[in-house]
Amino acid sequence: MEQATFETNIEDVKPPATSVGVIGWVKQNLFNGWLNSILTIFTFVVLWKIVPPFFRWAFIDSVWNTTGQACRHAAGACWSIVSANYRFIIFGFYPYDQQWRPFLAMMILFGLLFYSRNRKHWKKSLGYAWILGLFTMGLLMKGGLFGLVPVETTKWGGLPLTLLLSVFGLTAAYPLGVVLALGRRSKLPAIKVLCILYIELIRGVPLISLLFMSSIIFPLFLPEGITINKILRAQVAIILFTAAYIAEVVRGGLQAMSRGQYEAAESLGLNYYLTMRLVILPQALKIVIPPTVSILISAFKDTSLVVIIALWDLLKTTQSVLSNPEWMGFSREAYIFIAIFYFLGCFSMSNYSRKLEKELSAGEESR
Amino acid sequence: MAISNQISVPEKVPFWLDPKKRAIIYQIAVMAMIGLLGYYLVSNTIFNLKKQHIATGFSFLHKESSFEIGESLISYSAASSYGRALLVGALNTLKVSFIGIIFTIILGTIIGVARLSSNWLVSKLAAIYIEVMQDIPVLLQLFFWYAIFYEGLPPPRQALCPIKGLFLCNRGVAFTVPAPHPAYKYMLLALLGAGVLVFFIRRWAKRRQEKTGEFFPVFKVSTALVLGMPFAVWLAFGAPTKMDVPRLVGFNFKGGMTLSPEFIALLLGLVLYTAAFVAEVVRAGIQSVGKGQREAAMSIGLRPPLVLNLVILPQALRVIIPPLTSQMLNLTKNSSLAVAIGFPDFVSVANTTINQTGQAVEGVALIMAVYLIFSLSTSAFMNWYNKKVKLVER
Repeated sequence: MEQATFETNIEDVKPPATSVGVIGWVKQNLFNGWLNSILTIFTFVVLWKIVPPFFRWAFIDSVWNTTGQACRHAAGACWSIVSANYRFIIFGFYPYDQQWRPFLAMMILFGLLFYSRNRKHWKKSLGYAWILGLFTMGLLMKGGLFGLVPVETTKWGGLPLTLLLSVFGLTAAYPLGVVLALGRRSKLPAIKVLCILYIELIRGVPLISLLFMSSIIFPLFLPEGITINKILRAQVAIILFTAAYIAEVVRGGLQAMSRGQYEAAESLGLNYYLTMRLVILPQALKIVIPPTVSILISAFKDTSLVVIIALWDLLKTTQSVLSNPEWMGFSREAYIFIAIFYFLGCFSMSNYSRKLEKELSAGEESR
Repeated sequence: MAISNQISVPEKVPFWLDPKKRAIIYQIAVMAMIGLLGYYLVSNTIFNLKKQHIATGFSFLHKESSFEIGESLISYSAASSYGRALLVGALNTLKVSFIGIIFTIILGTIIGVARLSSNWLVSKLAAIYIEVMQDIPVLLQLFFWYAIFYEGLPPPRQALCPIKGLFLCNRGVAFTVPAPHPAYKYMLLALLGAGVLVFFIRRWAKRRQEKTGEFFPVFKVSTALVLGMPFAVWLAFGAPTKMDVPRLVGFNFKGGMTLSPEFIALLLGLVLYTAAFVAEVVRAGIQSVGKGQREAAMSIGLRPPLVLNLVILPQALRVIIPPLTSQMLNLTKNSSLAVAIGFPDFVSVANTTINQTGQAVEGVALIMAVYLIFSLSTSAFMNWYNKKVKLVER
């Protein structure tokens, strides 16, 4: 045996067919050992039971563009509920002939988000672009200037509302969260206690209790005659809620800063504000980007809770379509449709956070 | 500037440049502002409440509630008080959270381990599950499962019967349970007794091993006790085997045990959603224990179960338990979404109470207080646990 291996040229010997190529991969990744083989076969059987029937239901037997009556005779999914009602699901009660406005606003938002993806574009001008963009979006939604017909906020709904609550919620919650985190680390006892109380209180209760508070109790807080519209109240509740979670994440970053950083800043003669602004926060906030993004993702998902206080977000418009007798009973299709929206939003955020994390840690190593 | 001033004239620092005095002024200013804001809001609220003739205080808790609650762990009727209705809601929240937590930990651990499997297919499926479930709002998932139940399943008369004694229909799930018998109460007591015994045996065995080095088969003995004691009680009561099978009476099932579609949709949604997060926690925990730990343990001659028990688990659990607890707390808080699908949890009952009495401030305060109690007790437990498992550095 050994003799033979020595005689043939080692370069000429090919690895056995079972350890390279497709077969080799399959053997190594699916059938290494009896336990894994059983697991693989079992999983295949389960997938075979689930995937083809689902595929059949969703694509082969499904109907795409019919009335609700025709749907009831179809064997598969009734995607017609989406194709017949997509304008209402996405835009809610926004006047039909004005729906290009929220559409344009969303396009501006997506464009800005897409442009901000690249870290090279993170400059001051991008900040101005965002401010201008948010202002334009608000103007497009609300109208009343430049010949745009004013649209009441009570008519806002669907996807623009979901995005509005998330984007404004996140942009306002972030600075508030940073301030709360700084307050919690403060040396002034009264401020520290206040911040701890706030953070722990908010983190201890479900968002829905804050939403109830905003919709039922908040009007009682205001003096007679002053009312604040419902969307803004829900928005405030979402901001207050998210800020407490962001504060905890930022606190983690602040704790990771070594004493030397503070001492170095002090020895340069920087005061508290400048120390934080120039030395501590830039470093601390950078460390906590990944957990911050996961907070943002859950805040985006949590905006769906406004359905409970009867705001017309994406989920509520869908439910309203489902309560129409013509489309009753096709909840699965409708819910899958909006689940795709949420999935795309969250998935791109988490993907982006992973990419950013990699870039940042690479920058750390090259130093 | 400020510094040069301080150095040159150390005696006479104006009070607005003295950091100590300035700190006090800041704090007083902040407290005064918050106090004023609080006073303004409270006075407005009291004024508005008076104007709308809404009563204040918690006396409504003793009044008759006059609404029905679908499912309850304690006896309740429309004639009971609001206080009792809220208690029913709180118990329902605890019930769904407790059962949900057990299932979540089991499912999450399975998926987390599957994510680390060397089997490509299993690992990728687990990854897809985690990504998809984390990216869809839990409320949407609840609505989805509720809709599946409500629209996908047949009415009771054509109920599906996948296994004998188990019925699935749009009124819920009915399944066979053992018929009531006094033996079961005593079996439960025996099980509790066995648990206490096991606790003491473990302590005794550990002490003895530390003193004398003699090994006591704790695991075998405790398994025998936990299984054997209730079994012995069951035999002592003449081994009752009568079962309570659900039967179709009129339009619904009678007998056996029935779970409502609301409860199942809530449980399913919460468990499937939270399990994705728990899976990530478990994966991170297992990965945090270095490969060298296992190899070192094997090389000193420990058998695989002991490697797991004495080396891997204690280290992995230290990483797993804190985020796991916060996931469990999240599950409990998310159970408040029950109000959206009509399961009578605490928030749902409190919401009904608010609508009937108009006492919103008290109602929301109660909701917040109950959830704060849950989360504060959990974090108290966490602190205790963290202290217990903290690395003892020598």
